[in-house]
Amino acid sequence: MLRTYADVKKKLSTGDTLMSILEGYLSAIEANKDLNAFLEVFESSAKEKAALVDEKIKNGTAGRLAGMVIGIKDNLCYKGHVVSASSKILEGFESLFTGTALERLLEEDAIIIGRLNCDEFAMGSSNENSAFGPVLNPANKKMVPGGSSGGSAAAVAAGLCTAALGSDTGGSIRQPASFVGAYGLKPTYGRISRHGLIAYASSFDQIGTFTNNIEDSALLLEVMAGEDEYDSTVSTRPVADYNNVSEVKNQRIAIIKEGYEMEGNDPEVKLAMDKLISGLKEQGHTVDLVSFPYLDYMVPTYYVLTTAEASSNLSRFDGVHFGHRSEKANGVEETYKKSRSEGFGPEVQRRIMAGTFVLSHGYYDAYYTKGQRVRRVIQDKTIAIFKNYDAIVLPTTPTTAFELNAVSDPIAMYLQDIYTVHANLSGNPAISLPMGKHSNGLPFGIQVIGDFFKEKEMFNFSRQLEKIYVN
Amino acid sequence: MSPEIRDKYQVVIGLEVHAQMLTKSKAYSSDVNEFGSKPNSNVSVVTVGHPGTLPKMNRKTIDFAIRLGLACESDIAEHQNFARKNYFYPDLPKGYQITQDLTPICTNGNVYIKDDEGNEKAIRLTRIHMEEDAGKSIHDVDVFDTLVDLNRAGVPLVEIVSEPDLRSSQEAYNYLTEVRKLVRYLEICDGNMEESSLRCDANISVMLKGAKEYGRRVEVKNMNSIRNVQKAIEFEINRHIEAVEKGEVIAQETRSYDALKNITISMRSKEAANDYRFFPEPDLQPLVIKQAQIDAIKAEMPALPRDLFLKYTTELKLSEYDAYNLTDSKELALYYEQIILHTSNYKAAANLMMGDIKSYLNHNGIGMIDFPISPKIIANLISIIDDGKISSTTASQKIFPALLDTPDKAPLKIAEEMNLIQDSNEDDLLQIIAEVIANNSAEAERYKNGEKQLTGFFMGQLMKASKGKIDPKTANIFMRKTLEEL
Repeated sequence: MLRTYADVKKKLSTGDTLMSILEGYLSAIEANKDLNAFLEVFESSAKEKAALVDEKIKNGTAGRLAGMVIGIKDNLCYKGHVVSASSKILEGFESLFTGTALERLLEEDAIIIGRLNCDEFAMGSSNENSAFGPVLNPANKKMVPGGSSGGSAAAVAAGLCTAALGSDTGGSIRQPASFVGAYGLKPTYGRISRHGLIAYASSFDQIGTFTNNIEDSALLLEVMAGEDEYDSTVSTRPVADYNNVSEVKNQRIAIIKEGYEMEGNDPEVKLAMDKLISGLKEQGHTVDLVSFPYLDYMVPTYYVLTTAEASSNLSRFDGVHFGHRSEKANGVEETYKKSRSEGFGPEVQRRIMAGTFVLSHGYYDAYYTKGQRVRRVIQDKTIAIFKNYDAIVLPTTPTTAFELNAVSDPIAMYLQDIYTVHANLSGNPAISLPMGKHSNGLPFGIQVIGDFFKEKEMFNFSRQLEKIYVN
Repeated sequence: MSPEIRDKYQVVIGLEVHAQMLTKSKAYSSDVNEFGSKPNSNVSVVTVGHPGTLPKMNRKTIDFAIRLGLACESDIAEHQNFARKNYFYPDLPKGYQITQDLTPICTNGNVYIKDDEGNEKAIRLTRIHMEEDAGKSIHDVDVFDTLVDLNRAGVPLVEIVSEPDLRSSQEAYNYLTEVRKLVRYLEICDGNMEESSLRCDANISVMLKGAKEYGRRVEVKNMNSIRNVQKAIEFEINRHIEAVEKGEVIAQETRSYDALKNITISMRSKEAANDYRFFPEPDLQPLVIKQAQIDAIKAEMPALPRDLFLKYTTELKLSEYDAYNLTDSKELALYYEQIILHTSNYKAAANLMMGDIKSYLNHNGIGMIDFPISPKIIANLISIIDDGKISSTTASQKIFPALLDTPDKAPLKIAEEMNLIQDSNEDDLLQIIAEVIANNSAEAERYKNGEKQLTGFFMGQLMKASKGKIDPKTANIFMRKTLEEL
């Protein structure tokens, strides 16, 4: 199985063609159809590209990602390909353009192998909200792969592609990475252009990666990151050489006390954290328990603000200009109501209604304004932590993956994000490292939150952290 | 309605003016901003609001809004946010309009108008903010369906909101005229209300004079000319006063003006109004405007109509009437400015502008820009009149038309070639007068007997005899004098 770009390159160097490597991935996808990870395999465009890149490899003109076979979450626009956000409302909708992140991957000769299942409009923590059925966890098919980028996580963990793109609004990359045992990177907000990413909550959304090692995350980030004329919220800071490895010493590490002590943590997750702390100390780092008494406010704040933005972002799906239009509607108002009722699944409808409510006259200050204030406090306090510390370490999720259909209460589901929303509220980069292995056989992740735009430092610290044995 | 009843009430009007910016591309995309294109041709994925698209601010819109703010003495905000105004409508593909809510680019400011007594009056501005236009829903082309044209969707607008400082429909008319003049002078909007690149909503209420509280306010929309704005307001004032006189309560609502019937019709009540759920637009960075940017725009500001008006009435000592007419359009004013670089007979230049030149333009239906004669030649023409070489009548009747055919020829040369240089010698003039009287002795006798109206006959004979080369004004004086002395 070709799990990393290094594996692929090794194969290429021994004379294999990229086409044959691609075929290998395609048969793996076929063999793992029951995972329901891929909504569509872009066989013809992938093969076309593979032939082209094989030629380039022969001529020595291949790009930096020649051989990288990438699956994309079904909320990323790829010209001439369907993009549906796993929603009936966009069923069959073909994008007329390719988003910036994807464009940059293609320019460096990556192959886009297909689009991956996810929670509808990236709203969910289990991939059970997809209009096209749930994704199974390759580590245990009774379990969910997490969400919302569940298909991306499953595909990478099962070796169906070298890497996958996802999007992370509240943990949608890191939580599934933790559940399947992959590396899940959410860069700093604004590091990668959002042009071509179907918006869920614009001030939270960030494109990121699923890989099977740090090197591949770093490489993909390097290619995708940076200024973009199509997105005015993207950062103009120069992109670092993320794979420039250096050993980091004497790091000051903050462990969020409230998270560390939280009752809902699985004992084995807690134990892993303890081993990690002593390991870090042995490596010569300073580790402090730092109080951050906002844990209880994280998820509510996140849901007030993201649903508000989502209610507006999803207004364009109205059955008028594109996407699903109800056959039963008479007149414009009915077209709106019926198209949207038929097209959106229950969770999306719930969030649109919640978001519409928190923005409505008379409730705006109590919810939206207050939510923004709390977000500002969380941002300020996070900045304050990074004045004294180089990284924050915490579990990615309190538990391992749960069974399909096990969590039916939306609020309980929302609490899945308890450790991940922090980095989306504050905008910091974060990565989930597949370090834990539970006695129940399931993997779980350790999360590193880095300082703003210090992904390079975050990767280097993660490389050190990985050396600690936590099981 | 009797003037006495009407006079009991104070009319209160505030106007909201939307002006489409003359930028090459749209407010948040690179789509072309152009009126009259084939429907749905200036449309990309951004304009249609396809998933995955993001807005990108057109910096030109910001410059234009600052230009307008400076012209209106507004405060320009250093920090500002964009906001989303959410509502569903088929010509609004994103389901929200990007606008400014709590932090408009300009606050305060003044637009100066003439009030009903003819005095200058400052109409205070509440704010000017930037936003994007919606597309157009066309209801009257297809029998069954409403058609949507998205060419206009995303076109940059500024909305200029006045305080309720206007006190009559005439003041509203004057205000809109001034605003239109201003945006045209600034070259930020073509001011064309018929093509709806300038639109106006009027907020109208009446109250008993001396009352402390404003009456119930009604908003009127869909007036596609300044005259119609005035008419709609007039209609509303009467409607309001009649209702109040009858003891009725005016419903707070939005009404639409029907120009054919000259009435307003209820569109929707305030209770049914949308909750627009404004919130900060997360896809655009907050905007920071530096003083340097404002200074740069200030340095390139064109002369404004009010400044020119003041200059003409004080420095150049023109009448207010002349000054008003000259500053009516930027092209006219700029041309006049060019003439007076070459002559100091400002009044004569103004007369020529408002007389021969304007009637030529009107007659041919062309603008100042297409006028063939250069301002310098016009100044030349004025100077040979001043020198007494030709009369102003000759200038207007003979030289001006000749110049239109040969615009580069010196007026003096034309006058010489056409043998029009006037004789200014008094003795010669008196001699010709004497000859004319001698040749028409019968008429001279009748004049002596009181038929004073024969002056015209003698003048005609005189002009004929002199072949038009004499200044009629001087000739008239001498002719009368000679006739009186008979």
